[in-house]
Amino acid sequence: MKHITKQEKEAWILSAPAILILILFLVIPFVSAFMFSFTNRMLIMGPDMDLKFIGFSNYGKLLTDPEFYNALKNNFVFAIVVVPVQTSLALLLAVLINHKMKGMNFFRTIFFSPVVITMVVVATIWALLFNPTASGYLNVMLSKMSFGLIKPLSWHHSADSSMLSIIILSIWQGVGFQMIIILAGLQYIPKELYEAAKIDGANKIEQFFYVTIPNLKNTLMFVIITTTIFAFKLFTQVMILTEGGPQGSTKTLVFLLYKEGFTKMKVGYASAIAVVFFVIVLGISLIQRKIMKED
Amino acid sequence: MKNRLTQKLKKIVHYLVLLFFTYIFIFPLFFMIVSSLKGDEMQIIKDMSSLKAFIPYGEINFQNYIDVFERLDIARFLFNSVFITGVTISIGVIFNSMLAFALARMEFRFKKIILFAILALIIVPIESILIPMLLIVNKMDIINTYTVQIIPFVADAFSIFLFYQSFLDLPKALDEAAIVDGASYFKIYWKVALPLSKPVIVTALILNGLARWGDLIWPLMVTRGETYRPLTVAMQQFFTLRPIMWGDVFAFSVIITVPVLIMYLLFQKQFKESVASTGVKG
Repeated sequence: MKHITKQEKEAWILSAPAILILILFLVIPFVSAFMFSFTNRMLIMGPDMDLKFIGFSNYGKLLTDPEFYNALKNNFVFAIVVVPVQTSLALLLAVLINHKMKGMNFFRTIFFSPVVITMVVVATIWALLFNPTASGYLNVMLSKMSFGLIKPLSWHHSADSSMLSIIILSIWQGVGFQMIIILAGLQYIPKELYEAAKIDGANKIEQFFYVTIPNLKNTLMFVIITTTIFAFKLFTQVMILTEGGPQGSTKTLVFLLYKEGFTKMKVGYASAIAVVFFVIVLGISLIQRKIMKED
Repeated sequence: MKNRLTQKLKKIVHYLVLLFFTYIFIFPLFFMIVSSLKGDEMQIIKDMSSLKAFIPYGEINFQNYIDVFERLDIARFLFNSVFITGVTISIGVIFNSMLAFALARMEFRFKKIILFAILALIIVPIESILIPMLLIVNKMDIINTYTVQIIPFVADAFSIFLFYQSFLDLPKALDEAAIVDGASYFKIYWKVALPLSKPVIVTALILNGLARWGDLIWPLMVTRGETYRPLTVAMQQFFTLRPIMWGDVFAFSVIITVPVLIMYLLFQKQFKESVASTGVKG
């Protein structure tokens, strides 16, 4: 007979609540998503419907669904623009703030403040700033700053510029988060490295490329990966600003998953989308681990 | 002499760039607040073509706020959001730290497997399991309740990981001394480990708090009608009404934003440290 020690008993009591919840709401749904993706499961099964194993046909349907490719494309376009732009901007802001000058704390507070503003609100504010007429705020400002060169845009009202609108407000809301992470990374770089570079005659720009960037590699990698994953989770701002339109130009994977699984109640099909979505996120995370390990 | 002049010039340019970004980050907020105070709907649209958008003038009053309170049960939505967020993150801190403590400081079977599973679960995005989660809560018959918006988010793998790391760092001598004195592990967890992990508690509260407060997709799927609806869903529904009354929309936006903004201004340092701590693990 195995004897359960007092310590073991106490450990299980401490562990049980969190483990039970994780199993019920994370592990089981995760396994179910895989299983459902091979079935014709609906959210509500009618009396004349049987739950059937249908092999890979959900995946087959997915691979011939133009909506799926469109969503995938939209996510990629979003990621390809947002990841480099947001990361560079976050780096720029962090470097600007990382000085012993007056008021830096003030600027940091301001730049970070959009992060605490709920995305639902951010999207509604920008909905008006993106007024499509020539007297809309952004159109007026862009026209003035370019001396009339930039013509008024239709922003989220047209398929050509709707993704651009989503991109702008997303960067505006999220860049402060990355800035703080990079700032923390900057503060870990030993001051002596800069002193040494200065003695070697490096100017500020050379110092940036030969000291800052190499020492910030891990932090930047982390920021790039998390931003990429965020890009594939894009949903809230789309739901508020465009509901996927116009003409599906802002439909994303998660949006499609929501529509198919919840609105159309096609659980099996939505699960196949979820599995593909998960595989993409997992792929990105694995690339991160590999790159991080090489150091 | 010339050197000092260029130094000064550099400083001025530096500040000008910072001020430019200050404008970028602050004007939408300013715009929201000022517009919410303008009683004339037409004026909000008209003012947009110039900097007047940021000047509180004309019919300045709280009419939009009064309208929103009359048109919607805002007090209820506000309570729902505060309640759901508050309860989730408070229970979350306890449950997550309890598990983390057992993993970090105690010996029991399957410990290694559990630890490995938790680390793996950090990668699983909630979006990929929403639909099966919906089926489960449907079966449990808890759709359209507070419970369905609280329980699934109480346990959080990343918070467990943060607590685990923090508990590992505590000196072993701490529990050995307590054990000799006859204290149980419960007591060590509650009286020693948890109080020494205040920074992690704050981090878990803030990160999960922001995520819960702003979540739209889950409450959209599991709430029907107004009784248990949080602010985000209420806002989303309100925003689909046509014609859009911008004054009202912005008054509503201010109501959602102000509680978090106040928390942020009061606990700035903690907010920034929480965010920074998400990056350090890499």
